[in-house]
Amino acid sequence: MANLTLVQAINLALIQEMEADDRVILLGEDIGKNGGVFRVTEGLWQRFGPERVVDTPLAESGIIGTAIGLAMAGLRPVPEIQFEGFLGPAYDQICTHAARMRTRTRGAFSVPMTIRVPVGGGIHAPELHSDSPEAIYAHTPGLKVVMPSSPYDAKGLLISAIRDPDPVIFFEPKRIYRAFREEVPEDEYTIPIGQARVVTEGDDITMISWGAPVIQCMQAIEKASASGGAGKSIELIDLRTIKPLDIATIITSVKKTGRVIVVHEAPKTAGFGAEIATEIMEHCFLYLEAPPQRVTGFDTIMPYYKLELDYLPEEPRISEAIEQLAAF
Amino acid sequence: MPIKPVLKTQIDHVSILDEHGNFDAKLGKGLIPDDDAVKLYEHMVVCRQLDEVAFKLQRSGRMGTYPQNMGQEATSTGAAYALNKDDWIVTAYRENPGLFWRGLPMEYILWHWMGDERGNQIPEGLYVTPISIPIGTQMLHATGLAWAAKYRKEDRIACTFFGDGATSEGDFHEAANFAANLNLPVIFFCQNNGWAISVPSCIQCSAPTIAQRGIAYGMDCVQCDGNDIFAVVKVMKDAIKRAREDKRPSFIEALTYRLGDHTTADDARRYRDAEELDQWKLRDPITRLGEYLKKKKLWNSGKEEALQARAKAEVAEVVKRAEGIAPPAKSEMFDSMYATIDDPQLRIQRETMRTSSLGQDQSQAGEDIEASGRERT
Repeated sequence: MANLTLVQAINLALIQEMEADDRVILLGEDIGKNGGVFRVTEGLWQRFGPERVVDTPLAESGIIGTAIGLAMAGLRPVPEIQFEGFLGPAYDQICTHAARMRTRTRGAFSVPMTIRVPVGGGIHAPELHSDSPEAIYAHTPGLKVVMPSSPYDAKGLLISAIRDPDPVIFFEPKRIYRAFREEVPEDEYTIPIGQARVVTEGDDITMISWGAPVIQCMQAIEKASASGGAGKSIELIDLRTIKPLDIATIITSVKKTGRVIVVHEAPKTAGFGAEIATEIMEHCFLYLEAPPQRVTGFDTIMPYYKLELDYLPEEPRISEAIEQLAAF
Repeated sequence: MPIKPVLKTQIDHVSILDEHGNFDAKLGKGLIPDDDAVKLYEHMVVCRQLDEVAFKLQRSGRMGTYPQNMGQEATSTGAAYALNKDDWIVTAYRENPGLFWRGLPMEYILWHWMGDERGNQIPEGLYVTPISIPIGTQMLHATGLAWAAKYRKEDRIACTFFGDGATSEGDFHEAANFAANLNLPVIFFCQNNGWAISVPSCIQCSAPTIAQRGIAYGMDCVQCDGNDIFAVVKVMKDAIKRAREDKRPSFIEALTYRLGDHTTADDARRYRDAEELDQWKLRDPITRLGEYLKKKKLWNSGKEEALQARAKAEVAEVVKRAEGIAPPAKSEMFDSMYATIDDPQLRIQRETMRTSSLGQDQSQAGEDIEASGRERT
């Protein structure tokens, strides 16, 4: 066991999968000698050489398009897109080819690649370095979408993603890249894609989140419990995987609590919270004590950093929603 | 049938004032009048001062991530000097000196990197577009702006800046193809500074020049010494003539060097040799022009001292204005989303600064809110 940050846990998972399987190769901008702009691939170029850790030309469509070819030929590419804001040029290849290859060839071809993408706000980054586009990709059939919120989960989920036979978008919340450390086993282990984690158990309110805002949810829960308010025993579910959605864990919890808050950084309208709320309505309608609540980013362009904390679902907004939901 | 060549071509390299102070009197004749040469030098010195202060602002926590322009002052300054005031300048994010020459107040650039969109609120009457962050995307906009000028039978042309890395993006190739095939007055100005963050330009292009990429699209292409403002002005004037008279695009590859890190979040020592950096420091575009002026008795140490003092004072005032702006209202993130905010959901969010629905009411949606924007005509 070692006490690792999220960056270190991902680095370790990459090393171990590359050691175990020579089909695993990394490609992306600045991932080689420089070790990636967040140092996630630190030391890998030196360790595995430029044939397996490839600095590509500056071309996101090129990175994903060639990774699709590598994967169709039987390799296990792990392309990196430097920031979620630069997924745009790659969108075409991801959605019109990677997501569709297996079904349009009725299984003759598949694309077992893992696209690593730093995601989200909260680090005072420049424009287009702070968005949360997970719902766009969850809305694209054929993709799996993963977003860990802790070093332990990151390692286990990334190993699952690399071994997965289908394309996975692995979003890495940059706000918690180095925010805290956690015990991470040295040995390889997997966390199944599609399995949520109950972070804290509670009886009154179900709170659902993923990625960096899980931390803000925990702050709000701590505050609620410190204030000792009745009706504020909160069960926090970290989805870990957005698609496929672990609806069973959500249903079990909401049937117990009857109240639910979904928290995410992305804009509210057509965000993934909308899908979760609808699933809850479909499966738990008669158990609900209050309308499902969403604490999310606003329906605006992610503002530059002077206003980013006003945009993001920070603890005070989550706490307010807890108060109102408990009182309903 | 004998095999016959169907294409023979070459790329010229233009250099007028080299790093040793040699000046090509024939090519350089009448290119930049002495008075202008002095003004251009003074401008670049003030820009360098701003660049250094911006770096310090970031390091002391007063500004976010900032990409230094140091070493690349002659490219955008020379280009902006050669263009007309009402020609479009369409930049990426390492062309501050050109934007300032055109008249963009320096505090706008600081506002941008201080995390404030008001830095992009280009003052009326300036034909510059806001800084473009996603690599290579702005060249298509320049092509469209030039297209509009041609459609309206205006004399206006567009000059767009980008780096060596940007020529790997598909958007570059699409922009070049559109501009050439539609006969549009666009100048594609590539600042080849050797590095796209940590990736050397040989990974972007394994051909001997980047300039030759333009040949594939049927454009006139040239390479120049980008740290030589005379060479920059010379190749720009040629390209401007082609754009205005023939409505034809051109491609310029200017060889320059990023003397700083990619941004303040980068550390170039991890991937770049110190010797390479030292070599390029000797080719500094500002020093080179300063030496030229001294040789011509247009400059002396007294003037230099006065200029350095003026640069410090001016930049200090810029910083004061940049930091003196009132913080943006929270509602600012909503107010320019649409020409009018008629989406009730958006208006409720703006009114309550919340997204959770309990305690919210449709009556909070209020009236349509008119945005502060303006239409360009």
